[in-house]
Amino acid sequence: MPSIRLKNIKNFICGDINLEIQDKEFLVLWGPTGAGKTTLLNVIAGLMEYEGTVLFDGVAVDELPVYQRKAGYLFQNLILFPHLDVKSNIAYGLTVQRKPKKEAELKAEKLLKLMKIEHLSERFPKDLSGGEKQRVALARAIAPSPEILLLDEPLNNLDSHIAKYLRVEIRQLQRELGITTVYVTHCFEEAFALADRVAVLNNGKIVQVDSPENIFEEIDCRMVAEAKYCNCHKEDENGFSKAELEGNNASLCHLP
Amino acid sequence: MKKIKAIHSLIPVLVFLLLWEVVTRLKLIPGHFFFPPFTVVIQEFYHLTANGVLIDNFLSSLRRVLIGLSLGSIAGITVGILLGYEQNLHKIAHPIFSLFYPIPALGWLPILMLWFGIGEMLPIMIIFICSFFPVLYNTVTGIKNVNRDFIKAAQTLGASEWKVLTTVVIPLALPNIFTGLRLEAGMAWRVIIAAEMVAIPTGIGALLMRAESLLRVDIIIVCLIVLAVMCLAFEKFFLYLEHKLTCKWRQYAQY
Repeated sequence: MPSIRLKNIKNFICGDINLEIQDKEFLVLWGPTGAGKTTLLNVIAGLMEYEGTVLFDGVAVDELPVYQRKAGYLFQNLILFPHLDVKSNIAYGLTVQRKPKKEAELKAEKLLKLMKIEHLSERFPKDLSGGEKQRVALARAIAPSPEILLLDEPLNNLDSHIAKYLRVEIRQLQRELGITTVYVTHCFEEAFALADRVAVLNNGKIVQVDSPENIFEEIDCRMVAEAKYCNCHKEDENGFSKAELEGNNASLCHLP
Repeated sequence: MKKIKAIHSLIPVLVFLLLWEVVTRLKLIPGHFFFPPFTVVIQEFYHLTANGVLIDNFLSSLRRVLIGLSLGSIAGITVGILLGYEQNLHKIAHPIFSLFYPIPALGWLPILMLWFGIGEMLPIMIIFICSFFPVLYNTVTGIKNVNRDFIKAAQTLGASEWKVLTTVVIPLALPNIFTGLRLEAGMAWRVIIAAEMVAIPTGIGALLMRAESLLRVDIIIVCLIVLAVMCLAFEKFFLYLEHKLTCKWRQYAQY
């Protein structure tokens, strides 16, 4: 699986972004709504115009059309094809890439099993629940064996317990497939639970990149500080916040 | 359940036919000479069928409608897909088609008579024009209405432009395309009858005109019934086809 490198990426939202994502890494793009997270995913996938260079394994892919970038993309609103049943949705990528029909079917069946949705194979998207749609969309994104996986807030609009469950599944799947993954979220908890590294995005700029363990050590931006403050003040089951227990009150005033 | 529904919808028709028979037999309306009872119409229908007059004329009309409608629909769908998918092409062609679209199909009759003469080409061209524009507009609307997100999703899964068009855009535009086809299938019969009445010596429309000159109201009514049944049959056929192709994924009411 390739590493991804973004060099001086600029467009109407992104302002000179430089970022390197290692081979097989799970990078979470974390930031508020409107920070440019989805835009950056679209740039990597080739769905949006930009200045600068996107490199997969050191090779510029700027001239490659979307369908040749081999980037599996799980969209925020999932976008399952309404006219195809679940199995055909999953096999779609293989079918359009002219893989033998038998191979496409076998792969779809394997993924149905992996996602534990075999019983849904002949249903149409209109008959699926939010969690089921999410699984189908994920299976469809990974079916053509993409070289990178782009996940855009895939757990949005799901009940929190289903989201937590699927979060674990996504992470396990990524490890099993060993696929370089960029995961977009505005949820702090999700970002820190999933990431190998977290890239903090604000106003179209990367303001901090670090592992979840180290990101609070050297706080470079107000958002991270706020996240730390909120995390510290989260009440435990006895009604005490971590800050109260540890006497920790982060001062946010000096941060950008 | 379906049978009960069918019977329910038949009852008003049967009541209407019964009223027609009673009113005309009892001569309850003025000018009853020009309004034969239903049973007389049926008798005439039998005679016209038995001596082949009705069938010959019907087949002439049917052939024209089938050829004209097929050619017009194929052309309308093909051009509609191109215009709907290629924004630049749409910008160029839209003003031209907008200019021609409002002209009623029969408005073309005089110029087509001069170009093609009185022959088989004339009614086929009229039906072609009558079907082409509405099918074109519905196809363009259908293609343009396809959510661009579906196209993006297909592209990220490795679909080329052609594959996106054939596997996502056209299937999702089918409901609109069928709306155009359905409307025009009925319209084609209305137009062919009018064209045959005015300019062509064979077909149901021509038979209508001959019946009018002979004051044969029963034959006129037979022709009108054939016309009504064919309009309905064609519309229902396309509705059925649409239902077959899209009902699994669309939330359908009933057809």
